[in-house]
Amino acid sequence: MRGKPPAPADNGKARVFQPAKANGERSLSVGSLARERCLEIHRIMVRARLMEERMIGMSKSGEGYFWIGGPGEEAFNAALGLQVKKGCGPGYDYLHLHYRNSATMVALGMPLVDGIRQMNMKFTDPHSAGRNFPGHYADKAWNVIPVSSVIEVQFAMAAGTAHVQKRHGGDGLTIVVGGEAGAAEGDFASCMIWSTRPGKELPVLIIVMNNGWGISTTHCSQHAVKHVIERGKPFGIPGEVVDGNDPVASWFAIEKAMKYCRKERKPYMLEAMVSRLYGHSSSSGAPRADEPDCIGQFEEKLLANGWIDQETIDKIHAEAEAEVEAGVAESGAEPAPKPEDIERYTYADSRVDKIYPGDYTGLPE
Amino acid sequence: MATLVQAVRMALHYGETHLGVTDVFGEDVGPPLGGIFTATQGLKTAWNSPLDERGIVGTAMGIAYAGGRPVCEIQFCDYGFNTIDLLKIAGNQRWAGAGNYDLPMVLMMPSGSGIRGSLYHSHSFESWATRLPGWKIVMPSNPFDGYGMMLSAIADPNPVMVLLPKALLRMRGAKLIPGEPADQDQLRKMIDAPLGDRSKWQPRWPDLKECFIPFGEAELRREGTSATIVSYGRTLPLCVEAADQLGSEHGLKFDVLDLRSIFPYDWKAISASVMKTGRVLFVNEDTEVTNFGEHLLRRVIDEHFYDLLVRPRVLMGKHVPGIGLNQVYEQNTVPQLPQIKQAMHAVATEDA
Ligand SMILES: Cc1ncc(C[n+]2csc(CCOP(=O)(O)OP(=O)(O)O)c2C)c(N)n1
Repeated sequence: MRGKPPAPADNGKARVFQPAKANGERSLSVGSLARERCLEIHRIMVRARLMEERMIGMSKSGEGYFWIGGPGEEAFNAALGLQVKKGCGPGYDYLHLHYRNSATMVALGMPLVDGIRQMNMKFTDPHSAGRNFPGHYADKAWNVIPVSSVIEVQFAMAAGTAHVQKRHGGDGLTIVVGGEAGAAEGDFASCMIWSTRPGKELPVLIIVMNNGWGISTTHCSQHAVKHVIERGKPFGIPGEVVDGNDPVASWFAIEKAMKYCRKERKPYMLEAMVSRLYGHSSSSGAPRADEPDCIGQFEEKLLANGWIDQETIDKIHAEAEAEVEAGVAESGAEPAPKPEDIERYTYADSRVDKIYPGDYTGLPE
Repeated sequence: MATLVQAVRMALHYGETHLGVTDVFGEDVGPPLGGIFTATQGLKTAWNSPLDERGIVGTAMGIAYAGGRPVCEIQFCDYGFNTIDLLKIAGNQRWAGAGNYDLPMVLMMPSGSGIRGSLYHSHSFESWATRLPGWKIVMPSNPFDGYGMMLSAIADPNPVMVLLPKALLRMRGAKLIPGEPADQDQLRKMIDAPLGDRSKWQPRWPDLKECFIPFGEAELRREGTSATIVSYGRTLPLCVEAADQLGSEHGLKFDVLDLRSIFPYDWKAISASVMKTGRVLFVNEDTEVTNFGEHLLRRVIDEHFYDLLVRPRVLMGKHVPGIGLNQVYEQNTVPQLPQIKQAMHAVATEDA
């Protein structure tokens, strides 16, 4: 899929970014979020973007195969990652991510080289040992549930982590993220149903990243309802549509949503209107799309606010690029998986298994 | 003697009091019903879920990810088919995620024919299940094994599927479960919920003891040299019965192996018995195209071709779209005693 999405039948309204209602002035104004925070977000966005762009290059140069990832979702994802209560276990937030959440991982603190290791298919890839596509993260230390290519299944699992969190006490919440097309799957309905059982509501932050596209199918050609979060209404799930290209608006929408889930122990929905800057994936050629770029937009605002100068912006990009290149070089020199690794990590050790007390070792002998 | 379903219930009770089970859940699993087969009556961690099998499996995965130890139920395996991609993920997530997360979850599903269940209460699942690497799959054929295998399923930190042969859920065994009172009426009064209002009922659990039946260990239920019979679940007691009849009628003596654990399976036991008898019949009731028994047959051919006296064989369910309600359909679709007996006689007596 190349180029711009065709204008939706509703004259483009479906893609008009709606500023958060509760505080109209904050949505497009950098000034409402502290300068340091804005600069922190900006740097994360740039680092994640340059990592992804380099990975697109790797998919074309033969250094890797398939690429899929998050250019266009960095603003929202960085704002999300920085507000996660990061840690391991039910006292902390669980993350059921989709495959466009690199900037969230970078915001959590993932070194870029780890994302590149996955693209590079190295055994050192901590998320999948060189097995999964890029952007398919798994990190127990940060409660990042393994990302699967199967669309929407994370929405079937979210109630489980949230159920344990609610029982555990504290303010940990479950964050589940997916695209707007995938929300047509039954698992999305499952998530709403399981998180709103009367008296047993669950702290699930349901996030729909609406880029207007499935792979080649527009949202408006398949769905009579303009916004996915409207489906939350009959369940009593509050929600908000936010300009996901605006990190500041996203920051405050996420902050409000998280506050609600942490305190009320009930679900909340956010629908972030975002761009898809390189098409669906490398299988569509990953061409640059003519859609708003959250980084360029943010930089303009930061410049206009006098919070950064062009020289510093250039430096941040250069540093990110150097970090990416160092990651490519470092991971490039690391070992690939070996033939004897194909079974590794199948089973955890078991005291009740006569054949596989440890890992899987091939068919029973 | 406990029935299989009472054995499962006692195992779940032991699991929630001694092995860290945090949630036993599924459709109608909690009070007041305690499961349509009563497997979950009186359990303190049992709760009712929405009627949503994908939600059940997904939620069990989430609970396990977050450090809980869930046992979830799909009411009949016939309704598990729409969860198959989640089951695949449960099996592959550890591998795909470089070992980041263990997934200690148990999925129990009543399985197979024998309750006049027509199209959607008669399916078998084990052949599908064996195509889910990363899982362990068990199918007990008696209450003692049901207890011990459920305890193992709970204690194992990997996804384990416990397939319960529907036809055997009310069957009693020959071996007392450790801690079980010998008098079955006494046990019934202690742990079976009364009919009618149960709102004030509390079970009185016997002082149960730990007893793991390890995965990958078959049990030799009859011993002999005429032929090797390998089965599990509903058809296992039929194989034992057929062996006894063929013994008294024809003087034939069979090795009858109760596989119990379908994956991992006890290849050593199968292999040793085939070496001894040179004749082997696998019996199960799943449909015959791409049947799990065919896998075992393939291994026998690969590894024991020159040890065999006669062709090895598999007796299984017919490749038809379903099991019809009229018993003419059921009796002629999945192996029953006469067919099993005939196939066992044939494999034992064919000229070498
Ligand atoms: C269950 C399932 N069906 C189909 C696919 C193939 N597929 C991969 S991505 C995609 C489109 C997803 O669109 P959306 O949910 O809006 O997310 P986006 O990629 O736009 O972020 C499809 C159809 C899949 N991976 N999983």
